[in-house]
Formats: sequence, structure tokens, C-alpha cells
Amino acid sequence: MNDTTDSPTQERSNMITFDNVTKVYPDDTVAIENISFEVERGTTTVFVGPSGCGKTTTMTLVNRLEEPTEGAVYYDGTDIQELNTVELRRDIGYVIQEIGLFDHMTVGENIATVPELRGWEQDRIDDRVDELLSLMDLPSETYRDQYPTALSGGQQQRVGVARALAADPDVILMDEPFGALDPITRTELQDEFLEIQARIDTTILFVTHDINEALKMGDKIAIFDVGELVQYGTPQEILANPANDFVKQFIGADRTLKELQITRIEDVMRSDEAGRETPATAVDGGAGVSEISTGSSVHVSPDDTADIALSRMIETDTEALQVVDDDDVVGVVTEQDIRDYRTATEVGA
Amino acid sequence: MFGAHLTVSQSVAPLLLESYVEYASKNQALLWDLLVNHIIVVVDSVWLALLIGIPLGVVATLDDRLGNGILWTTGILMTVPSIALFGLLIPFVGIGEIPVVIALVLYAQLPIVRNTYVGLTQVDSATIKAGRGMGMTRRQRLWRIQLPQAVPVIMAGVRNAVVILVGIAAIGAFIGANNLGDPIFTGISEAYPAAIVVSTVLVSLLALAFDYGLGVVEQLFQLRNGESVDPALLTRVIRRSIA
Repeated sequence: MNDTTDSPTQERSNMITFDNVTKVYPDDTVAIENISFEVERGTTTVFVGPSGCGKTTTMTLVNRLEEPTEGAVYYDGTDIQELNTVELRRDIGYVIQEIGLFDHMTVGENIATVPELRGWEQDRIDDRVDELLSLMDLPSETYRDQYPTALSGGQQQRVGVARALAADPDVILMDEPFGALDPITRTELQDEFLEIQARIDTTILFVTHDINEALKMGDKIAIFDVGELVQYGTPQEILANPANDFVKQFIGADRTLKELQITRIEDVMRSDEAGRETPATAVDGGAGVSEISTGSSVHVSPDDTADIALSRMIETDTEALQVVDDDDVVGVVTEQDIRDYRTATEVGA
Repeated sequence: MFGAHLTVSQSVAPLLLESYVEYASKNQALLWDLLVNHIIVVVDSVWLALLIGIPLGVVATLDDRLGNGILWTTGILMTVPSIALFGLLIPFVGIGEIPVVIALVLYAQLPIVRNTYVGLTQVDSATIKAGRGMGMTRRQRLWRIQLPQAVPVIMAGVRNAVVILVGIAAIGAFIGANNLGDPIFTGISEAYPAAIVVSTVLVSLLALAFDYGLGVVEQLFQLRNGESVDPALLTRVIRRSIA
């Protein structure tokens, strides 16, 4: 869809734009009022809020399952009112909490739905289905010809996600996709989806009522309170500077812990400059680093989060840890570093 | 007194049974022809009824008021006594197979239209929402989701209809249809119980056979749709031979 326009496409980085959108249902319920925001191409934006806050309505305005009463929604720069509804929907992947697989079709046929609607050749469809099944950790030989009712809830939603990804959509809408799964399966699917998301260049809109899921999945988070968009920003921004009491309350009393959970050591640590450039010299160049807990097996990796570092410090009764990446010491992190970093982000706004 | 009664029935019963067997073997060829005719008239009627009833069931889902009207009409049709309906049809199409087929098609409408309507409307709303969200048109949702998922329910309606039609077709012999109803009417007018009993048993066996056979077809469709059923013996045999 986006190769029809040429050069301006690269500059225009907003995939979806809400411009003063209001949605009033026929029974006069105001679902959302005067909402404006932009979703950057290739990012994941999570809509979060209590039930009835209008987050799902906002999402379904994008694939025109609902139409705005006022204002406009732009898809890749075009007002969606000017786009053909059916074509638009085939361009947008859709995953729902109830999964909604077609029980009379095999797993393979379910995944092939949109490619078939778009008239792909059978060979291409078959290859794509196999590719997606292996991506979803459902071996094709075993699962392709099974019927959905034979699968567990988690497996069914994997098929649901595969079905949404099938035609390489530019945008995927996910309406509480993991909400009906047990906590263990939910975490599994979240982690898997984060991995997949890192590999594809798709704009994702994700609805949830779970703030933890929002913080975990989102590049950006939009917090809704009854019909109103109260804060829109990165997880860090929102945790560091909640816009009002509602947001504060919604995040919960453990706001600081949540912040630590999404703060990566890489951003907090004092790195050994030489070590970063050429990891081989890390130990030699970082004399100061080596002094701290030398020989200790307790360390963190740059990809770990600050809560893990703190936890290890408390566990081993130390105030500093080595940061080790692939057996090389790349820096050091102290309790004070973490405190300082947090204070800096908070005041920064 | 009891003793006397018992002796009578004991001596009569084998006699009666003998007369049935005698009637059946003497008229074997005739009964076979009538049975085949009976099957043909029912099968023809059901095909026609499906051609009319399924589209009507689909139309009924499009608009609530129209749907109510259609379902109400098919219900009313069912209450018209068959003899009366045959009588009403004679001025227009005469006697013989044609008025019988028309009447049977009308009687089949209630189970077929109603089950089509129920089958289409009971499809999980999340499934429909997923189909809409993926860019299926209304027609595609009907053909790719709703109708396939409604097939077992429609089959249950067909099964229901066929069992009713087997009985009503027999009454059609009253206006000249050549089927198992014929010896029943002859038996009544000539006081010949063997003809009545043998033909009635055949009509009942035919209805039971249809019921079982279509029940198996219904189960196969249910299993195909991933529904959980307790499969009949024949269903299991067919499933195994397919697999």
C-alpha cells in the first residue's frame, strides 16, 4: 500500500493519526471525545485504561469496524474515509481476545484466510503458512491440518496471531490478545511476540487493561480515562512523570519498582569506554571496575533491568556490581547510579 | 375367562403373522416398486425444499421483521392438515405425484428454514467479528464462515423434514401417488389388515433408516466442524475408513 507514493513516504513517519476524533454511539454514549495523537511507523503503541474507557473503540476506528462521529483518522497519510473498507481491513492484521478462529477450517486454512482473500498463488500461500507456523513454534507437520478445537488456548491464540501476520500487514490491531490466557501462557506469548515484533517492521496497536502488560509491550503508551486520552508517552516518561492522579493511581503504588523493571542496566551503568569499543581489553583497561567484587560470580548483563541489579545487590549485600557482556566486563553499576538515574529522569520533564 | 382369551390370541397370532408373511412374499415385486417410488418422491421433495428453504433461511437473517414473517409463515403451513392441502392443490395441478411433491416441499419448509436461520445466527459473534476485521465481505462471511458452520444444524433440519415427509407421502396415495400409502388405503377399503400392517411397517422402517443415515451425515459434519459428539457406530466406521 505504501509503495504507491514515492519520496514523501520516507519522510512521513506517522502511520496512523487521530485528529480530534469523537465517537458517539447511537444511544448517545460518548465513547471518546476529541482525541488526537500520532502513531509512529514500526512502533508498538498500547492503549490502556479501565474497561469502558474507549480504548477498544479507538482501535476499531482504525479498521473501520466503527466510524468516527467527528474528526478524522489518517492511515499512512490518507483519511480512512477515502479508503475502501474491505481493502483497508485486508491491509491490517486483527487479533481479538476471543481469538475467533474458524472452527470448520484447519489451522493452515485459518492462517491462509487473508492471503486467499487477496488472491495469492497457492504455492506462495503454502510457503507463508509453513513459515508462520514455525515462527509460532507450532511445527507444520503436526499442526497444519489440525482443527482449532483440538488445540489449547495458548496454541489457538498463536494461530490467531499467525493469521493476523499472514499477509504481511503494515498495521496490526490487537484487542486484549492475551487477556483470556492463564498467566504462564500469557507471559510466554508476550515474550514470543516481543521477539517477533523486533524482527518485523509493523506498526502495532495493542489494547489492554493491564498496566504491566502495557509497560512490557509498548514503545508508546496511551492511557485512557472514560473517553479521554489522559497521557501519551513512552513507558519511561509515564512512569517518571504521571500526568495526574488518575495515571498515578492506575500505575499503582509500586511505580518506582515498575520504573526499575523497564530501566536497562546499559542506560544506568558507568561504562568503561575502552571496554565498550574493544571488548577484548575490557578487563585490563577497566582497573577501577576490576577492583569491585573481583572474582565474584555476582554480576549483571547490560540487557538486564535495574530491578534485577538491585535485587542482586540486596541479596549479596554489596553496593556495586560488574556489568558483564559475553564474558567481558563492560562496566559497573552501583546502587547510587540507579538512584541518580531515576532522579534525573523524574526531574527531566 | 382369561384362559379362554389367551388361547384365542395364541392361536390367532401365528395365523396373523403368517398372513403378513404371505402377503409380503406374494407382493414382493409390487412392494419393492412402491418402496422405491416412496423414496424417490421424498428425496425429490427434499432437494426442492432445500433449494427454496436455505435461501429463505438466509434471507430471514438479513432483516428481523422479514425473518419473523418467513418463520411464521412456514409454521402456519405446518398446521394445515395434509389431506386438506392435497385437496386444495388438486384444482391447480390435478392428481398424482405433482401435488404430492408440492405439498411435501411446503411441509419441509418449517424444519429447513428454521434450522438454516438458527444455524446461521448461532455462529459465534467473535468468529464473525474476526471475519469482518480481516476484510471479508458480507457475502464472503456467509459462504466461508456462516454456511459451513451451519451445515450440521441444517442437516438436523433435513433429517427432521425427511422423517415427516415419509409419513405424509404415504397419505399422498389418497390422491393418486404410487407409493407405500397405496396398499394402506386399499387395505382400509377392502378390510385387508395384512396389506395395512406390512406397508405401515415398511414406511416406519424407511423413516428409521433415513433418520439413522442422516443422523450419521449430521455427525460427520459436526466432527468436521470440530464439535464434540458421541459418534454412532456407522459414524465411527466411516471416520475410520476415511482416515
